[in-house]
Amino acid sequence: MPGLRTTLAAATALAAIAVPAHAQESVKIGIITTLSGPGAALGQQLRNGFELGLKEMGNKIGGLDAELVVMDDEQKPDVAVNRAKELVQREDVDFVVGPIFSNIAQAIYKPITDAETFLVSPNAGPSDLAGAGCSPYFFATSYQNDQNHAVLGKYAQDSGIASVVLLVPNYQAGKDSVAGFKRYYEGEILDEIYTPLGQLDFSAELARIASLQPEALFTFMPGGMGVNLVKQFRQAGLADGVTFLSAFTVDESTLPAQQDAAVGLYGGSNWAPDMEQSADFVESYIGAYDAVPASYAMHAYDTVLLLDAAISAVDGDLQDKDALRQAIETAEFTSLRGDFSFGKNHFPVQDFYLVQVAQRDDGKFETRIVEKVFDDAVDDYADQCTMGE
Amino acid sequence: MSLTLVLVQTLNGLQLGVLLFLIAAGLTLVFGVMDFINLAHGVQYMVGAYFAAWFTAMTGSFFVGLALALPSALLLGLLLEILVFRHLYGRDHLAQVLATFGVILFLNEAVRILWGAAPLSVPVPEILSGSIVLMPGLLYPVYRIAIIVAGLLIAVLLYFLVSHTRAGMLVRAGATHPRMVSALGVDIRRLFTLVFGFGAMLAGFAGIMIAPILSVEPGMGDQILILAFVVIVIGGIGSIRGAFVAALLIGLVDTLGRSFSGDLLRLVMSPAEASQTGRAIAPMLIYVLMAAVLFFRPAGLFPAAR
Repeated sequence: MPGLRTTLAAATALAAIAVPAHAQESVKIGIITTLSGPGAALGQQLRNGFELGLKEMGNKIGGLDAELVVMDDEQKPDVAVNRAKELVQREDVDFVVGPIFSNIAQAIYKPITDAETFLVSPNAGPSDLAGAGCSPYFFATSYQNDQNHAVLGKYAQDSGIASVVLLVPNYQAGKDSVAGFKRYYEGEILDEIYTPLGQLDFSAELARIASLQPEALFTFMPGGMGVNLVKQFRQAGLADGVTFLSAFTVDESTLPAQQDAAVGLYGGSNWAPDMEQSADFVESYIGAYDAVPASYAMHAYDTVLLLDAAISAVDGDLQDKDALRQAIETAEFTSLRGDFSFGKNHFPVQDFYLVQVAQRDDGKFETRIVEKVFDDAVDDYADQCTMGE
Repeated sequence: MSLTLVLVQTLNGLQLGVLLFLIAAGLTLVFGVMDFINLAHGVQYMVGAYFAAWFTAMTGSFFVGLALALPSALLLGLLLEILVFRHLYGRDHLAQVLATFGVILFLNEAVRILWGAAPLSVPVPEILSGSIVLMPGLLYPVYRIAIIVAGLLIAVLLYFLVSHTRAGMLVRAGATHPRMVSALGVDIRRLFTLVFGFGAMLAGFAGIMIAPILSVEPGMGDQILILAFVVIVIGGIGSIRGAFVAALLIGLVDTLGRSFSGDLLRLVMSPAEASQTGRAIAPMLIYVLMAAVLFFRPAGLFPAAR
């Protein structure tokens, strides 16, 4: 009876496939990032970094075929919430990776973690998610936002800079930045200048800084504001007398526009493209996108490595969330930045550096490590996180 | 608050004012003469800056870039007029606002697709790249002075064009009595097209001139558009002279307010309170000025004759 035999064979074959009932064959990852509007240059770095990582893994993460759904949050929290719900409800993704901006992170955090889907942030690290609002379903592969600002405060204090002027945009992140800088800096602050968000001409502020004659300027001017400030700072001749300390102002996403004007200026970061262990990554990123990667791309690439290690550790079983969480917490992978481990609030414990802008041999611009400022730093909010206690 | 600092800030204010004038001049002509609200005027400024960045990178010279970018800005203005704006003259203001807002969205995304989302930069031309020492520790870039001079020259040229040429006379007549002018055999449609193209070219010129100082990026025209509207409302809609005075006024009030409001308040309150209040008040000043002007002169400082 061939009919029965085929049926039996088919049933056995089906059973054979179904036996590892917990394992699946593919992993679905949703990316939420900013791909339009003024922040798009950063969002593209995130997406590029992740796609590059995936490509080098042969489109497999932890042995599973990876399927990617990329969403544009348009830098608008309301849009981002809808996209996030779409990802967890309709697309039924296993992980969400994103976003760039902290206000977006705050908006999409609830819908994703409430659905018991893991959210991994390769940039945004607002204080509430690191502290009291931490979640078993949220991980950051970047930093807590304050940490980069603190690098400059610590450096200014340690190197004996006697007087500074602070120049930041007048909104929450600007005020956080000033707080982060002041936490370590005890010298004289001659003035705190707050400009409207999106201001593009800093001539009035630069004239004021010149009249105050500080030893250093600390500033936080992300995106286009930073491009303008750096060019005008150089044109006003201030670069010769005032040390330029900045966070998120000179990085590889803005350097293509700042170019020569930024050379020699300082920033704070957890990584720079000249790190030895990142040489291959930087080379293949430039080969693929004709641009030097910034830390946004590095964090996204690291996220691929992290997920790969975690999924391998649980043999592809994405249903047992507790085991998967533990695997992410303890994942063994070689981060492009060097030392990396998760603290108890799921934020990295890592080193921070003072970096300086320089021109590469190929004519492009990048930041380079000057010195290590913090070793194995834990962010200031980790103690407020009561997860797992 | 030394005298030199006040002088430097006054120069900064003048430079902002001149730039605003270049943008507002076209806006006020189109709004006043053609009764057409063009929200897309700001993106024409942005496109001017992109043309400058593109042609400068291509040719290696800012001045060749300028020479190529100006006619391109004019062409784009004419193209937009023929494709979109021409069909809106007879419609009400709401339709004009909606359609021109659509043009903003379209062009902002178009430049992002063509040139990428990352900001572009234009080097300052070699011959204007020096600086002069105005106060200890501060160099004033020659390029900013060049912007002031260029803006003032354009202002003089515009005054001459509008007040002393046949074309200017037709524009003024067309604004007040369009039917009569067309009855006399003047092609009013073509006149409007020319006015529109000229306005677009002025906005483009402002974008080209500012490109070496600011980053060239999508959306850069949106903020300046609001300021330009404040300028034409204060100056009186349709009046070039009003736009000139109001632009300089706004430039000076904004720049000096940003720099000195904290210092002035310090005379009457504690330093911490003064800087807190100062930074809250400074961005408001131009809008307070606008409210005051509208209260005392609802039609603006120099209402165009009707």
